[in-house]
Amino acid sequence: MTLWFVFALMTAAAMFAVLWPLSRRGPEAGGSDVAVYRDQLDEIGRDRAAGLIGAAEAEAAQVEVSRRLIAAADAAEATTAGRIEPPVWRRRAAVVVAFLLLPAGATLLYLTIGSPQLPGEPLASRERVAQNSSIANLVTQAEAHLERNPGDARGYEVLAPIYLRMGRFTDAANARRRILAISGETAERQTDLGEALTAANNGIVTDEAKAAFERALVLDAGDVRARFFTGIAAEQDGKREQAAAIWRGMLEKAPPGAPWVETVQQSMARVGATPPAAAPAVAAAPGPSADDVKASAGMSEADRDEMIRGMVARLADRLKENGDDIEGWQRLLRAYMVMGDRDKATAAAADARRAFASDPDKLRRIDDAIKSMGIDG
Amino acid sequence: MIPELGHFALVLALALGVVQAIGPLIGAHYRDAALMRMADSTALMQFVFVALSFAALTVCYVTSDFSVVNVYENSHSAMPLIYKYTSVWGNHEGSMLLWVLILALFGAAVAAFGGNLPATLKANVLAVQSWIACAFYVFILLTSNPFLRLAEAPLEGRDLNPILQDIGLAIHPPLLYLGYVGFSISFSFAVAALIEGRIDAAWARWVRPWTLAAWMFLTVGISMGSYWAYYELGWGGFWFWDPVENSSLMPWLAGTALLHSAVVMEKRNALKIWTLLLAILAFSLSLLGTFLVRSGVLTSVHTFATDPSRGVFILAILVFFIGGALALFAWRAPLLKQGGLFAPVSREGALVFNNLFLTTACLTVFVGTLYPLALESVTGEKISVGPPFFNLTFAPLFIPLLFAMPFGPLLAWKRGDVLGVAQRLMAAFAVGIVAIAVTFVIKGGQSVLAPFGIGLGVYVIGGALIDLIERTGLFRLPLATVRSRAAGLPRSVWGTAVAHIGIAMSLIGIVAQVWADERIVSLKPQQTVSIAGYTLSFDRLTQRTGPNFREQAAKFTVRNSGGTVVGIMDPSKRTFPARATTTTEASLLTRGTSQLYLSLGDANDDGSVAVRLYHKPLVLLIWLGSVVMMLGGGLSLSDRRLRVGAPKPAKKTAAKPALQPAE
Repeated sequence: MTLWFVFALMTAAAMFAVLWPLSRRGPEAGGSDVAVYRDQLDEIGRDRAAGLIGAAEAEAAQVEVSRRLIAAADAAEATTAGRIEPPVWRRRAAVVVAFLLLPAGATLLYLTIGSPQLPGEPLASRERVAQNSSIANLVTQAEAHLERNPGDARGYEVLAPIYLRMGRFTDAANARRRILAISGETAERQTDLGEALTAANNGIVTDEAKAAFERALVLDAGDVRARFFTGIAAEQDGKREQAAAIWRGMLEKAPPGAPWVETVQQSMARVGATPPAAAPAVAAAPGPSADDVKASAGMSEADRDEMIRGMVARLADRLKENGDDIEGWQRLLRAYMVMGDRDKATAAAADARRAFASDPDKLRRIDDAIKSMGIDG
Repeated sequence: MIPELGHFALVLALALGVVQAIGPLIGAHYRDAALMRMADSTALMQFVFVALSFAALTVCYVTSDFSVVNVYENSHSAMPLIYKYTSVWGNHEGSMLLWVLILALFGAAVAAFGGNLPATLKANVLAVQSWIACAFYVFILLTSNPFLRLAEAPLEGRDLNPILQDIGLAIHPPLLYLGYVGFSISFSFAVAALIEGRIDAAWARWVRPWTLAAWMFLTVGISMGSYWAYYELGWGGFWFWDPVENSSLMPWLAGTALLHSAVVMEKRNALKIWTLLLAILAFSLSLLGTFLVRSGVLTSVHTFATDPSRGVFILAILVFFIGGALALFAWRAPLLKQGGLFAPVSREGALVFNNLFLTTACLTVFVGTLYPLALESVTGEKISVGPPFFNLTFAPLFIPLLFAMPFGPLLAWKRGDVLGVAQRLMAAFAVGIVAIAVTFVIKGGQSVLAPFGIGLGVYVIGGALIDLIERTGLFRLPLATVRSRAAGLPRSVWGTAVAHIGIAMSLIGIVAQVWADERIVSLKPQQTVSIAGYTLSFDRLTQRTGPNFREQAAKFTVRNSGGTVVGIMDPSKRTFPARATTTTEASLLTRGTSQLYLSLGDANDDGSVAVRLYHKPLVLLIWLGSVVMMLGGGLSLSDRRLRVGAPKPAKKTAAKPALQPAE
């Protein structure tokens, strides 16, 4: 309400500015050029006295200015004499404009572009209601706190996992670096850094991340996460044997009931290695690992595409070595079709048929699958 | 509530602007006193509303009200208070609001102090001024509204561009805008005169103080921008011939030409059409500059955000006002009566000479700035017209201009005696030649042309002093007479001399940069570097935390050749996390009018830091010269004949006392 009251006052002031001159009567006020020419005549006199203009020139100039002076005086007289009282309707029209068009136009325009329902929210008033604000706001507050106290490692430890969850991987990595710098290194902190760096690089274990994991293993050879990621790094370098060896070693030493066993087994299956006998049989259809999915969540379209292509290529390699996996073939065919790679799909369909040539039952199933995907003809 | 009040005030200013754009125009046409008077009250009230709107936005910035999009995008709660104020115009929307504030300010000033103007001229001027204002109100409200809101206010803003977080932002844009926008008044006067179809010597006198005021602000505004670039960008250059700079230089050149041609028109009733054209051009070039900078045609620190719709809108404003004014000019100008004749060698002739060179220089800059843009848009080919082009074209134009400068004030009106003047300038020639010789002796043949530049500057200063000496009769007459003659001299004579001395000072400062020294070295703590007789020892590198930045600062102790400590320099590099940007804060040590300039580069792994060190002889003269020019303008402005209500009290004729402005 206050807002509209103030608006009304302002509008009234604007209307007053238009109406006030209309309310006063009387002739026009203002200067005229006569005064200017008089002054110029004086000036010529001064210039002449100072020797800035020759006597003859001064005289000529005086004549010139006098002529202008006379013309100006005549013109002024003519307009004064010829003045007629202006018609009243013009003022009335102006009054109508002031009373109707001005407030109506202003209000209409304001209502289209303004936001009268929104109160102002200066910082001071917002900080009072900060308790119930969103995660993003809390993060901002924590950041502001850290900006002022850059040595507060606990603050970074709180923020780092939140950054990871929000997909701000680079910030997470920076926070991990700060923690290392402030609190010194432990195996766990190095691993955290490596993990954040890996997430920031779309699941690729970069040299920097690898260095962090290796440093962690130096500090604590039993760090499971670091060990697992060195395996991933080896896999990404194309050293599948080495990766499998790392993971096999992990599984052999695994305490019973360790929660990570399944992930490691899946990874081993991905590189085409058989997990140690003690472990339960690996599920026939290893999908992307949990880490892959997690990493893919924060990726750009192109990066995700890249990652999918990588996984498909891995699947194709595996099937080339070990063709007796009907689900694997179906997944590969579907992937090629989704990616729009019809040539590869046709080639893979031929390979699959060759792989199951001796098994009529599976051959029929793969044939159905190929037909249902419309790969043939 | 505050942001909405500001928003509504701006809308009301537009509504009043529309009334002011139409009412007084009709009033002046039919000589209806009431409608003409309306121009005054609406112009004043319009200014009140725009000021209110501007104040509201300022309050939003100072209280960090991030429910306003503009504040959220360009401010940060941790920013020092001064930058909360200056960031109001450190962005596109806010700077356009400052633009209309100044537009309204000039309108209100004419309404308040234009008591000596004939009623019809004043009404027309204010109506035209309001046309311009309305175009910009609509532009702001529809495409660049600083009062747009966010329903959910974010907790923290995105911070102001760190390069702009500097005291320079408090000084440069307001002054520059006062100049840029100030020319709108000259434009309005010109268009009003064309509408009335009457233009005479008196018009020139009335328009002169406004042009002079705008010119003063533009001069200092440009020069402060140059000083800011000099110390903020970190490599010691002060003028880059960058299109944005050029687009502020063009109105200055046209405005300077206008000031001089208006003198001829006032005194001799000649050059009327030319003066009108210059008045239109000066503001048109200001508009063009605004278009180039704001449309995104050019990208620079001045651009802020680019948005094609804004560019098209400003282009439409540009075409309407420039095209409209020039069409009106083409239609009306032939009807205007031509005035007095004069001999080529005369004060008038000298001023025409000045105008020819200034407008040619302006045209040069225009071509150099727009040709690459036009070429790129037509053929897609990118060429860059850099300093070589401008140095080759600008210098040959300015050398004869400066050489002729002392002649102008000494020549008589109507018919002058150029030989006589040359004789009187003998002393100045002599001093100039001595300066050339002395420079050669001190600096050797390092640069052949530079000593002549210094000589030219000294000669111009000598010429300006001779003019003053002749008029006051110094050295010829008894001291008491001299004093009374000095007091009796019109202030505009003093103004001319002082402004011309200012130009010469800037010239000397610019030319002296030929002898600037530069060192780019990598230093470890405790190492030293010497330049131009000074030795700098690198003491240490420290980390500091500012309110919204972290900085790496180096401390250098400066000793002169005698080994005495003459100062401490602490250049730094600042990192602003909110925008993930780094700025270089150069450190300057002033010795007389020369400066040592030190800026920090990257730190290397071995603990050494790259530094750039310059010695810039007489560099401060460049900007001091512009301040002196402004002083000259101020002196001229204070000339009582120019002041409002020109007639002397004794000459009060039939005018009613109420019509005399309060002085």
